[in-house]
Amino acid sequence: MRLEPIANPSAARRLGLPALALVATLGVAMALALVAGANPFAVLGQIATGALGSKLAVLETLNRATPLIFTGLAVAVAFRAKLWNIGAEAQLYAGAIVAVVLGTGALGSPLVLPVSALAAMLAGAVLLLGPVLLKTRLGVDEVVTTLLLNFIMLLFVSYLLEGPMKDPLGMGWPKSPALIPEARLPRIVEGLRLHWGFALAILAAVIVWVIQTRTTLGFEIRAVGQNPEAARFAGMPVNAVLVKTALLSGGLAALAGWSEVAGLKGHLSSDLSPGFGYTGIIVAMLALLHPLGVVVTAIFVAGIFVGSGAMSRAAGVPTYIADMLMATALLFMVLAILLTRVRVVRG
Amino acid sequence: MTGEKGAEVVLRLDRITKRFGALTANDGVSLTLRRGEVVALLGENGAGKTTLMNILFGHYVADEGSVEVFGQPLPPGNPRAALAAGVGMVHQHFTLAGNLTVLDNIRLGTEGLWSRSDAGAREKVERLSRDFGLAVHPDAKVGRLSVGERQRVEILKALYRDARVLILDEPTAVLTPQESEALFATLRKATGLGLSVIFISHKLHEVMAIADRCVVLRHGRVVGEVDTHATDKAALAALMVGGELSLPRAEARAAGAVLMRIAGVSTPNRGASPGLKMVTLELRAGQITGLAGVSGNGQAALAEIVGGLARPAEGRLSLHGQEPKVWTPGEALARGVARIPEDRHHQGSIADFDLTENAVLEGYRTRFSRRGWMNWRAARAFAEGIIKGYDVRCPGPSTRIRLLSGGNMQKLILGRAMAVGPDIILANQPVRGLDVGAIAYVQSQLIAARDRGAAVLLISEDLDEIMGLSDIIHVMSQGRLSPGFARGTMTAAELGLWMAGQKFEGAHAA
Repeated sequence: MRLEPIANPSAARRLGLPALALVATLGVAMALALVAGANPFAVLGQIATGALGSKLAVLETLNRATPLIFTGLAVAVAFRAKLWNIGAEAQLYAGAIVAVVLGTGALGSPLVLPVSALAAMLAGAVLLLGPVLLKTRLGVDEVVTTLLLNFIMLLFVSYLLEGPMKDPLGMGWPKSPALIPEARLPRIVEGLRLHWGFALAILAAVIVWVIQTRTTLGFEIRAVGQNPEAARFAGMPVNAVLVKTALLSGGLAALAGWSEVAGLKGHLSSDLSPGFGYTGIIVAMLALLHPLGVVVTAIFVAGIFVGSGAMSRAAGVPTYIADMLMATALLFMVLAILLTRVRVVRG
Repeated sequence: MTGEKGAEVVLRLDRITKRFGALTANDGVSLTLRRGEVVALLGENGAGKTTLMNILFGHYVADEGSVEVFGQPLPPGNPRAALAAGVGMVHQHFTLAGNLTVLDNIRLGTEGLWSRSDAGAREKVERLSRDFGLAVHPDAKVGRLSVGERQRVEILKALYRDARVLILDEPTAVLTPQESEALFATLRKATGLGLSVIFISHKLHEVMAIADRCVVLRHGRVVGEVDTHATDKAALAALMVGGELSLPRAEARAAGAVLMRIAGVSTPNRGASPGLKMVTLELRAGQITGLAGVSGNGQAALAEIVGGLARPAEGRLSLHGQEPKVWTPGEALARGVARIPEDRHHQGSIADFDLTENAVLEGYRTRFSRRGWMNWRAARAFAEGIIKGYDVRCPGPSTRIRLLSGGNMQKLILGRAMAVGPDIILANQPVRGLDVGAIAYVQSQLIAARDRGAAVLLISEDLDEIMGLSDIIHVMSQGRLSPGFARGTMTAAELGLWMAGQKFEGAHAA
């Protein structure tokens, strides 16, 4: 067996295969439910209702999608330049720390929100700057450095929460003091949990899309990602482009942590992110690295997680099913993408 | 009875038709090859030669028509079938493992783990290299061999697999004239022993020298099949492009000022390819400077310096008498150096970008954007201008460049380079792999640029091209640069001796 490239994949192939991947994923979900001893159709139904069944559920899904849009965009931007940023988790926490440092009284004016947002982006950008400079100057593999920084950052957060940033009124729990009200992101509609972070995430997706399609930087990022040798030959400053990409990517990931703290939690704890940085990779890959697609896939992924939580309480099937679903969805989608470009030939 | 009419037919392609969407790559192409015969396959790029060979080798399945080898129909879509039936191909780009010996390379992939003794294989290889005049030591590491020797290994590989039909794709593109002669001697021996050869080439005089018959393809159809004894080069060229056409020859011109000068430049060796050794070269306005030499003798290092990809490790570089403080591709472009890269697929273009994006790769910052915002409307108009002005055959500016033939890709790159009216032009293998029509076009553009007063550095492995176009010729061998020879003062044979390194001071047989 071998693979033969397809010059111009048909529309049926380009749309049908991803749809097939989705169906296959649902099939695996139902098989898993069966193994867990529940009615597969009921489980799927409960996931759907849990994610979208009520106004409350929808808003919860959108809230959960917000950090995933940011980390998904961070990954999509970086991967487009073939800069393998696996460290969105660390950059997320960098943003969260800044939100706490500037949001607990250091700044009191109405400027606190924009200032802390920008400072958070800066912190995430700087955190990714180290690995990318190591890559461009010394050829150090950024997969390793960005991945390991995640663990360093998590330990650093634990240290902060046990030490300098510990909430004196926290009854001994490792959490930071609460943000002052001026530093909190308001809700989009009073009384409902959805905060302005979601709108900001959508805006960020549109901005990234405009950057990629309309600006010289976007042109450079795509060129460097597709063929760095040709980009260099054409006079593009390849390393500078990688650095700019890293700043953008790190900044976007940091906004995920910043908006979680400022919009949802109101304080920092070491369980702020249940792996949003890593899930962002899935979100970006499912969206084929398209910034607007990231919004859609982030909501889809968030829906699966939120829906699985609800289903688990009702049907007694463990929430691990959500992780399994993510993994199978990613595998099937990667396979589907491959098969739109090549066909398997015998011989 | 070898080579005679009426000899046994070993290969028959019968009315092969292959369509890719709206494009018909092969339209009822028939070709017969007899025992002991050399048939040349001629045609423009995109004429369908590669498609035809890919069908023969089972990489594509023909929509219509059939392939017969030794009277047996070949099952479509099965690459192993052609090999098993005794058809071997030597590709333009060799597929050898440099860190293995000649013997291991030849055996690679032909046998199971335990099937054959080492001694048997060695004996067979030695016998083949004796019979066919393919002198190469079986225990030499392939990485240390010259290009000509590597080609012999490729041919041995095919013969070792008991190929009775050899297909050679542009085999002389990488050889010195002397090496080409040796290859032809081998081919004559092979046909004498009853093998048959399909010889794909653009070089008409070689086709005339080696082939018995010549099949000419144009736009996917066979437009002519002629005995080489009954035709001449001009007639063949006319068949290929569909009209009378002669390759441009530049008239001598008086040289102008020195626009670029590199002096005493040395660079470190890079793996098997030698670095530059104290190279001094002047590029003058209104002059085409030809750089001859077998590839891998330091031309790449020199091209990198002229094109801005590298600074000289030792020695100096000056433009218009000034030494640039920084020297990058962007700086080279800004100072009016246009580059036509050697590798148009990997350096000159981005395969999945469309023509518009590829057209503005070099100028997007200065000419097609304002304050960081791309002006795609202007970019598209620019691409359309190149497509029209340089006769790039394509469905439109939104076509991905990977779908273009080599000649059309090169025309786009040429148009991009010439758009700024450059005064120094680095043309590195500008016509390699192109059809006669595209070659004539590219070469006449280089001459026109020279006549406008540009300094052109033409790097090529093709001596005909160098001798036809250059006002002054240098030869490169092992990183050393020969003195400049004025047009018409050297014969090809003399240049060949320089290419082989024998004329350099202190040179000894290597």
